[in-house]
Amino acid sequence: MWPAVLLGSLGCYLLKLAGMLVPRRALENPRVLRLSTLAPIALLAALIAMQTFSSGRQLTLDARAAGLCAAAVLIARRAPFLLVVGGAVATSALVHLA
Amino acid sequence: MRRSPHYPAHVERNATARCTETTLTPAPAPAPTQVLAPPTETGPPPRTPLPTQTPHAVPASRAIPAPLLRDVLGIAIPTGAFGLSFGALAAASGFTTAQTCTLSLLMFTGGSQFALVGSIAAGGAAPTATAVAILLGGRNALYGLRISALLRGAPPPRRALAAHLVIDESAAMAAAQEQPAAARTAFWATGLAIFTLWNLGTLLGALAGGVLPDPAALGLNTAAPAAFLALLAPRLTARGARDARVTALTAALGVLALVRYTPVGVPVIAAALVAITIGLRLHPTPTPAPTPAPAPAPTSSPRNPAAGR
Repeated sequence: MWPAVLLGSLGCYLLKLAGMLVPRRALENPRVLRLSTLAPIALLAALIAMQTFSSGRQLTLDARAAGLCAAAVLIARRAPFLLVVGGAVATSALVHLA
Repeated sequence: MRRSPHYPAHVERNATARCTETTLTPAPAPAPTQVLAPPTETGPPPRTPLPTQTPHAVPASRAIPAPLLRDVLGIAIPTGAFGLSFGALAAASGFTTAQTCTLSLLMFTGGSQFALVGSIAAGGAAPTATAVAILLGGRNALYGLRISALLRGAPPPRRALAAHLVIDESAAMAAAQEQPAAARTAFWATGLAIFTLWNLGTLLGALAGGVLPDPAALGLNTAAPAAFLALLAPRLTARGARDARVTALTAALGVLALVRYTPVGVPVIAAALVAITIGLRLHPTPTPAPTPAPAPAPTSSPRNPAAGR
Protein backbone atom coordinates (compact mmCIF):
# COMPACT_ATOMS: atom_id res chain seq x y z
CA MET A 1 0.00 0.00 0.00
CA TRP A 2 2.96 2.27 -0.06
CA PRO A 3 2.28 3.36 -3.66
CA ALA A 4 -1.24 4.40 -2.66
CA VAL A 5 0.06 6.25 0.39
CA LEU A 6 2.85 8.07 -1.39
CA LEU A 7 1.07 8.81 -4.65
CA GLY A 8 -2.05 9.89 -2.83
CA SER A 9 -0.03 12.21 -0.61
CA LEU A 10 1.82 13.68 -3.55
CA GLY A 11 -1.39 14.22 -5.48
CA CYS A 12 -3.03 15.95 -2.55
CA TYR A 13 -0.08 18.22 -1.98
CA LEU A 14 0.14 19.17 -5.64
CA LEU A 15 -3.51 20.16 -5.59
CA LYS A 16 -2.97 22.34 -2.55
CA LEU A 17 0.02 23.89 -4.23
CA ALA A 18 -1.93 24.48 -7.43
CA GLY A 19 -4.40 26.66 -5.56
CA MET A 20 -1.55 28.64 -4.06
CA LEU A 21 0.21 29.15 -7.36
CA VAL A 22 -2.65 30.71 -9.25
CA PRO A 23 -1.21 33.98 -10.55
CA ARG A 24 -2.13 37.19 -8.85
CA ARG A 25 -3.83 38.67 -11.89
CA ALA A 26 -6.19 35.76 -12.01
CA LEU A 27 -7.01 36.28 -8.37
CA GLU A 28 -8.05 39.84 -8.99
CA ASN A 29 -10.56 38.78 -11.59
CA PRO A 30 -14.01 39.37 -10.12
CA ARG A 31 -15.22 35.99 -11.31
CA VAL A 32 -12.35 34.22 -9.61
CA LEU A 33 -13.01 36.23 -6.46
CA ARG A 34 -16.63 35.15 -6.50
CA LEU A 35 -15.59 31.57 -7.05
CA SER A 36 -13.15 31.68 -4.19
CA THR A 37 -15.81 33.19 -1.95
CA LEU A 38 -18.50 30.69 -2.81
CA ALA A 39 -16.21 27.67 -2.79
CA PRO A 40 -15.71 27.46 0.98
CA ILE A 41 -19.41 28.05 1.51
CA ALA A 42 -20.39 25.21 -0.79
CA LEU A 43 -17.70 22.89 0.52
CA LEU A 44 -18.45 23.58 4.17
CA ALA A 45 -22.15 23.00 3.62
CA ALA A 46 -21.42 19.77 1.75
CA LEU A 47 -19.04 18.61 4.47
CA ILE A 48 -21.57 19.37 7.19
CA ALA A 49 -24.18 17.32 5.35
CA MET A 50 -21.82 14.43 4.71
CA GLN A 51 -20.36 14.32 8.20
CA THR A 52 -23.74 14.50 9.86
CA PHE A 53 -26.10 12.52 7.72
CA SER A 54 -24.03 9.84 6.05
CA SER A 55 -22.00 6.86 7.07
CA GLY A 56 -19.96 5.39 4.28
CA ARG A 57 -22.44 5.16 1.43
CA GLN A 58 -25.52 5.09 3.61
CA LEU A 59 -27.73 7.91 4.68
CA THR A 60 -28.02 7.78 8.43
CA LEU A 61 -29.79 9.69 11.12
CA ASP A 62 -28.10 9.28 14.46
CA ALA A 63 -26.65 11.11 17.42
CA ARG A 64 -24.67 13.37 15.14
CA ALA A 65 -27.84 14.98 13.86
CA ALA A 66 -28.84 15.74 17.44
CA GLY A 67 -25.45 17.29 18.01
CA LEU A 68 -25.82 19.45 14.92
CA CYS A 69 -29.27 20.60 16.03
CA ALA A 70 -27.79 21.58 19.36
CA ALA A 71 -25.08 23.48 17.52
CA ALA A 72 -27.67 25.28 15.39
CA VAL A 73 -29.63 26.32 18.46
CA LEU A 74 -26.51 27.54 20.20
CA ILE A 75 -25.43 29.45 17.13
CA ALA A 76 -28.84 31.09 16.85
CA ARG A 77 -28.48 32.16 20.45
CA ARG A 78 -25.06 33.64 19.66
CA ALA A 79 -23.18 31.31 21.95
CA PRO A 80 -19.39 31.48 21.82
CA PHE A 81 -17.64 29.18 19.39
CA LEU A 82 -16.29 26.82 22.02
CA LEU A 83 -19.71 26.44 23.59
CA VAL A 84 -21.18 25.58 20.20
CA VAL A 85 -18.62 22.83 19.59
CA GLY A 86 -18.72 21.60 23.19
CA GLY A 87 -22.49 21.63 23.33
CA ALA A 88 -22.73 19.67 20.09
CA VAL A 89 -20.21 17.08 21.27
CA ALA A 90 -21.94 16.69 24.63
CA THR A 91 -25.38 16.41 23.06
CA SER A 92 -24.16 13.83 20.59
CA ALA A 93 -22.53 11.79 23.34
CA LEU A 94 -25.65 11.93 25.51
CA VAL A 95 -27.94 10.93 22.67
CA HIS A 96 -25.56 8.12 21.80
CA LEU A 97 -25.89 6.87 25.34
CA ALA A 98 -29.66 6.88 25.19
CA MET B 1 -27.21 44.16 12.31
CA ARG B 2 -25.29 44.85 15.43
CA ARG B 3 -22.26 42.96 16.48
CA SER B 4 -23.09 40.80 19.44
CA PRO B 5 -20.61 41.07 22.30
CA HIS B 6 -21.14 37.41 23.05
CA TYR B 7 -20.10 36.19 19.65
CA PRO B 8 -16.43 35.47 19.07
CA ALA B 9 -14.89 38.79 18.30
CA HIS B 10 -13.62 37.73 14.95
CA VAL B 11 -16.86 36.29 13.65
CA GLU B 12 -19.14 39.15 12.89
CA ARG B 13 -22.65 38.78 11.73
CA ASN B 14 -22.82 42.01 9.90
CA ALA B 15 -20.77 40.98 6.94
CA THR B 16 -23.30 42.08 4.38
CA ALA B 17 -20.89 42.12 1.56
CA ARG B 18 -19.17 38.89 2.51
CA CYS B 19 -20.90 36.78 -0.02
CA THR B 20 -20.24 38.91 -3.02
CA GLU B 21 -16.87 40.14 -1.95
CA THR B 22 -14.15 38.17 -0.38
CA THR B 23 -12.58 39.61 2.71
CA LEU B 24 -9.29 38.76 1.16
CA THR B 25 -9.53 41.23 -1.69
CA PRO B 26 -6.05 41.34 -3.16
CA ALA B 27 -4.70 44.86 -3.36
CA PRO B 28 -5.43 46.38 -6.74
CA ALA B 29 -2.71 48.26 -8.60
CA PRO B 30 -3.00 51.53 -6.65
CA ALA B 31 -1.27 51.64 -3.30
CA PRO B 32 -3.21 49.52 -0.84
CA THR B 33 -3.91 52.21 1.71
CA GLN B 34 -6.81 52.25 4.04
CA VAL B 35 -9.31 55.04 3.96
CA LEU B 36 -10.18 56.72 7.21
CA ALA B 37 -13.95 56.53 7.47
CA PRO B 38 -15.91 59.32 9.08
CA PRO B 39 -17.96 57.57 11.76
CA THR B 40 -21.09 59.48 10.86
CA GLU B 41 -21.16 58.35 7.26
CA THR B 42 -22.04 54.77 7.96
CA GLY B 43 -24.60 54.15 10.66
CA PRO B 44 -24.57 50.37 10.53
CA PRO B 45 -21.36 48.44 10.77
CA PRO B 46 -19.10 48.30 7.71
CA ARG B 47 -20.61 46.87 4.58
CA THR B 48 -17.50 46.55 2.50
CA PRO B 49 -14.45 44.52 3.26
CA LEU B 50 -11.19 46.27 3.95
CA PRO B 51 -8.65 46.76 1.24
CA THR B 52 -5.65 44.66 2.06
CA GLN B 53 -3.55 46.35 4.65
CA THR B 54 0.08 47.11 4.00
CA PRO B 55 2.45 44.75 5.78
CA HIS B 56 3.28 47.49 8.23
CA ALA B 57 -0.30 47.60 9.42
CA VAL B 58 0.12 44.20 11.05
CA PRO B 59 0.39 44.70 14.81
CA ALA B 60 3.93 44.65 16.12
CA SER B 61 3.20 41.87 18.56
CA ARG B 62 3.04 38.51 16.82
CA ALA B 63 1.15 36.95 19.70
CA ILE B 64 -2.15 35.30 18.88
CA PRO B 65 -5.07 37.12 20.51
CA ALA B 66 -6.51 35.06 23.34
CA PRO B 67 -10.02 34.68 21.89
CA LEU B 68 -8.63 33.44 18.61
CA LEU B 69 -6.29 31.06 20.39
CA ARG B 70 -9.21 29.68 22.31
CA ASP B 71 -11.16 29.08 19.15
CA VAL B 72 -8.19 27.54 17.41
CA LEU B 73 -7.72 25.09 20.25
CA GLY B 74 -11.44 24.51 20.30
CA ILE B 75 -11.28 23.20 16.77
CA ALA B 76 -7.82 21.67 16.93
CA ILE B 77 -8.28 19.52 19.99
CA PRO B 78 -11.34 17.60 18.77
CA THR B 79 -9.65 17.24 15.38
CA GLY B 80 -6.57 15.85 17.07
CA ALA B 81 -8.72 13.47 19.02
CA PHE B 82 -10.23 12.41 15.73
CA GLY B 83 -6.73 11.65 14.55
CA LEU B 84 -6.79 8.91 17.14
CA SER B 85 -9.69 7.28 15.37
CA PHE B 86 -7.93 7.63 12.03
CA GLY B 87 -4.83 5.94 13.39
CA ALA B 88 -6.87 3.14 14.85
CA LEU B 89 -8.92 2.70 11.68
CA ALA B 90 -5.85 2.60 9.48
CA ALA B 91 -4.14 0.10 11.74
CA ALA B 92 -7.25 -2.05 11.71
CA SER B 93 -7.43 -1.84 7.92
CA GLY B 94 -4.01 -3.28 7.41
CA PHE B 95 -1.86 -0.19 7.18
CA THR B 96 1.38 -0.37 9.12
CA THR B 97 2.12 2.26 11.72
CA ALA B 98 4.68 3.78 9.39
CA GLN B 99 2.18 4.00 6.54
CA THR B 100 -0.48 5.46 8.83
CA CYS B 101 1.81 8.13 10.19
CA THR B 102 3.10 8.90 6.72
CA LEU B 103 -0.43 9.53 5.57
CA SER B 104 -1.04 12.01 8.36
CA LEU B 105 2.30 13.68 7.82
CA LEU B 106 2.35 13.89 4.06
CA MET B 107 -1.26 13.81 2.96
CA PHE B 108 -2.59 15.76 5.92
CA THR B 109 -6.13 15.99 4.69
CA GLY B 110 -8.62 14.26 6.95
CA GLY B 111 -11.24 13.66 4.30
CA SER B 112 -8.78 12.18 1.82
CA GLN B 113 -7.10 10.06 4.45
CA PHE B 114 -10.36 8.58 5.68
CA ALA B 115 -11.49 8.02 2.11
CA LEU B 116 -8.27 6.20 1.21
CA VAL B 117 -8.32 4.00 4.30
CA GLY B 118 -12.06 3.50 4.13
CA SER B 119 -11.94 2.45 0.49
CA ILE B 120 -9.21 -0.08 1.13
CA ALA B 121 -10.99 -1.32 4.23
CA ALA B 122 -14.17 -1.78 2.21
CA GLY B 123 -12.26 -3.89 -0.27
CA GLY B 124 -11.61 -1.27 -2.92
CA ALA B 125 -8.61 -1.47 -5.21
CA ALA B 126 -5.62 0.66 -4.36
CA PRO B 127 -5.74 2.77 -7.57
CA THR B 128 -9.42 3.61 -7.03
CA ALA B 129 -8.79 4.51 -3.42
CA THR B 130 -5.88 6.72 -4.44
CA ALA B 131 -7.97 8.44 -7.09
CA VAL B 132 -10.79 9.18 -4.68
CA ALA B 133 -8.37 10.52 -2.09
CA ILE B 134 -6.81 12.87 -4.62
CA LEU B 135 -10.18 13.93 -5.99
CA LEU B 136 -11.31 14.85 -2.51
CA GLY B 137 -8.17 16.88 -2.11
CA GLY B 138 -9.39 19.06 -4.95
CA ARG B 139 -11.27 21.20 -2.53
CA ASN B 140 -7.99 22.24 -0.97
CA ALA B 141 -7.07 23.76 -4.30
CA LEU B 142 -10.16 25.95 -4.05
CA TYR B 143 -9.24 26.95 -0.51
CA GLY B 144 -5.74 27.65 -1.79
CA LEU B 145 -7.11 30.43 -4.00
CA ARG B 146 -8.12 32.42 -0.95
CA ILE B 147 -5.09 31.58 1.12
CA SER B 148 -2.85 32.52 -1.76
CA ALA B 149 -4.34 36.00 -1.74
CA LEU B 150 -3.67 36.23 1.99
CA LEU B 151 -0.04 35.30 1.65
CA ARG B 152 0.77 37.50 -1.29
CA GLY B 153 4.10 38.80 -0.06
CA ALA B 154 5.41 35.60 1.44
CA PRO B 155 8.61 33.98 0.14
CA PRO B 156 8.19 30.72 -1.82
CA PRO B 157 9.36 28.38 0.97
CA ARG B 158 6.74 29.79 3.28
CA ARG B 159 4.09 29.48 0.60
CA ALA B 160 5.12 25.89 -0.01
CA LEU B 161 4.73 25.16 3.70
CA ALA B 162 1.46 27.06 3.82
CA ALA B 163 0.16 24.94 0.96
CA HIS B 164 0.70 21.84 3.05
CA LEU B 165 -1.37 23.31 5.87
CA VAL B 166 -4.37 24.11 3.69
CA ILE B 167 -7.22 22.02 5.02
CA ASP B 168 -10.91 22.50 5.73
CA GLU B 169 -10.37 23.80 9.23
CA SER B 170 -7.54 26.23 8.56
CA ALA B 171 -9.31 27.60 5.51
CA ALA B 172 -12.58 27.93 7.38
CA MET B 173 -11.00 29.73 10.32
CA ALA B 174 -9.17 32.08 7.99
CA ALA B 175 -12.31 32.79 5.99
CA ALA B 176 -14.18 33.75 9.15
CA GLN B 177 -11.86 36.68 9.80
CA GLU B 178 -12.55 40.18 8.59
CA GLN B 179 -9.02 41.50 8.71
CA PRO B 180 -6.37 39.95 6.48
CA ALA B 181 -3.80 39.98 9.29
CA ALA B 182 -6.19 38.13 11.56
CA ALA B 183 -7.01 35.73 8.75
CA ARG B 184 -3.32 34.97 8.28
CA THR B 185 -2.89 34.40 12.00
CA ALA B 186 -5.94 32.19 12.11
CA PHE B 187 -4.73 30.18 9.14
CA TRP B 188 -1.24 29.55 10.51
CA ALA B 189 -2.39 28.93 14.07
CA THR B 190 -5.10 26.52 13.05
CA GLY B 191 -2.92 24.79 10.48
CA LEU B 192 0.02 24.28 12.81
CA ALA B 193 -2.09 23.32 15.81
CA ILE B 194 -4.02 20.75 13.84
CA PHE B 195 -0.89 19.44 12.15
CA THR B 196 0.67 18.80 15.54
CA LEU B 197 -2.36 17.32 17.22
CA TRP B 198 -3.56 15.36 14.20
CA ASN B 199 -0.20 13.65 13.80
CA LEU B 200 0.16 12.98 17.50
CA GLY B 201 -3.32 11.57 17.54
CA THR B 202 -2.62 9.41 14.53
CA LEU B 203 0.50 7.96 16.11
CA LEU B 204 -1.26 7.22 19.36
CA GLY B 205 -4.24 5.76 17.57
CA ALA B 206 -2.13 3.52 15.39
CA LEU B 207 -0.20 2.28 18.43
CA ALA B 208 -3.11 1.93 20.79
CA GLY B 209 -5.41 0.37 18.23
CA GLY B 210 -8.39 -1.37 19.68
CA VAL B 211 -8.23 -0.14 23.25
CA LEU B 212 -9.56 3.28 22.38
CA PRO B 213 -13.18 4.20 22.97
CA ASP B 214 -15.29 4.76 19.92
CA PRO B 215 -15.09 8.45 19.03
CA ALA B 216 -18.72 8.36 18.02
CA ALA B 217 -19.65 7.36 21.56
CA LEU B 218 -17.86 10.41 22.83
CA GLY B 219 -19.65 12.59 20.35
CA LEU B 220 -16.35 13.66 18.80
CA ASN B 221 -17.52 13.10 15.28
CA THR B 222 -19.90 16.02 15.76
CA ALA B 223 -17.14 18.46 16.59
CA ALA B 224 -16.15 19.16 13.01
CA PRO B 225 -19.65 19.63 11.55
CA ALA B 226 -20.60 21.82 14.51
CA ALA B 227 -17.49 23.92 14.07
CA PHE B 228 -18.07 24.25 10.35
CA LEU B 229 -21.66 25.30 10.97
CA ALA B 230 -20.52 27.94 13.43
CA LEU B 231 -18.05 29.29 10.89
CA LEU B 232 -20.53 29.10 8.03
CA ALA B 233 -23.55 30.64 9.75
CA PRO B 234 -22.48 34.31 9.59
CA ARG B 235 -21.92 33.99 5.86
CA LEU B 236 -25.47 32.75 5.43
CA THR B 237 -27.28 35.19 7.67
CA ALA B 238 -25.69 38.33 6.30
CA ARG B 239 -27.95 40.59 4.32
CA GLY B 240 -27.78 40.05 0.57
CA ALA B 241 -26.45 36.57 1.11
CA ARG B 242 -29.09 34.90 -0.97
CA ASP B 243 -26.59 33.39 -3.34
CA ALA B 244 -24.63 32.03 -0.39
CA ARG B 245 -27.74 30.45 1.08
CA VAL B 246 -28.74 28.89 -2.23
CA THR B 247 -25.21 27.61 -2.75
CA ALA B 248 -25.02 26.10 0.71
CA LEU B 249 -28.43 24.47 0.49
CA THR B 250 -27.75 23.06 -2.96
CA ALA B 251 -24.44 21.63 -1.81
CA ALA B 252 -25.96 19.99 1.25
CA LEU B 253 -28.88 18.50 -0.66
CA GLY B 254 -26.59 17.41 -3.46
CA VAL B 255 -24.46 15.46 -1.04
CA LEU B 256 -27.46 13.70 0.41
CA ALA B 257 -28.65 12.82 -3.06
CA LEU B 258 -25.30 11.44 -4.21
CA VAL B 259 -24.13 9.58 -1.14
CA ARG B 260 -25.59 6.26 -2.13
CA TYR B 261 -24.39 6.30 -5.72
CA THR B 262 -20.80 7.42 -5.59
CA PRO B 263 -17.65 6.36 -3.75
CA VAL B 264 -17.15 7.75 -0.27
CA GLY B 265 -16.28 11.42 -0.32
CA VAL B 266 -17.04 12.05 -3.97
CA PRO B 267 -20.44 13.60 -3.21
CA VAL B 268 -18.73 16.43 -1.35
CA ILE B 269 -16.77 17.72 -4.28
CA ALA B 270 -19.43 16.92 -6.88
CA ALA B 271 -22.19 18.65 -4.94
CA ALA B 272 -19.92 21.57 -4.16
CA LEU B 273 -19.06 22.07 -7.83
CA VAL B 274 -22.71 22.02 -8.82
CA ALA B 275 -23.60 24.40 -6.02
CA ILE B 276 -20.83 26.82 -6.92
CA THR B 277 -21.93 26.83 -10.55
CA ILE B 278 -25.46 27.67 -9.51
CA GLY B 279 -24.26 30.27 -7.05
CA LEU B 280 -22.16 31.96 -9.70
CA ARG B 281 -25.17 32.07 -12.03
CA LEU B 282 -27.17 33.99 -9.47
CA HIS B 283 -24.99 37.00 -10.05
CA PRO B 284 -24.44 37.24 -13.78
CA THR B 285 -22.50 40.48 -13.47
CA PRO B 286 -19.81 40.02 -10.85
CA THR B 287 -19.35 43.02 -8.60
CA PRO B 288 -15.86 44.38 -9.17
CA ALA B 289 -13.62 44.70 -6.13
CA PRO B 290 -13.92 48.16 -4.55
CA THR B 291 -11.05 50.46 -5.39
CA PRO B 292 -9.82 52.46 -2.41
CA ALA B 293 -10.27 56.19 -2.74
CA PRO B 294 -6.95 58.00 -3.30
CA ALA B 295 -6.77 59.34 0.24
CA PRO B 296 -3.65 58.95 2.37
CA ALA B 297 -3.52 58.18 6.10
CA PRO B 298 -3.04 54.44 6.46
CA THR B 299 -4.56 54.18 9.89
CA SER B 300 -5.83 51.10 11.61
CA SER B 301 -9.40 52.26 11.58
CA PRO B 302 -11.72 49.31 11.45
CA ARG B 303 -14.37 51.18 9.52
CA ASN B 304 -14.72 51.81 5.89
CA PRO B 305 -17.15 54.04 4.04
CA ALA B 306 -19.76 52.20 2.04
CA ALA B 307 -18.39 53.85 -1.09
CA GLY B 308 -17.55 50.68 -2.94
CA ARG B 309 -21.12 49.50 -3.09
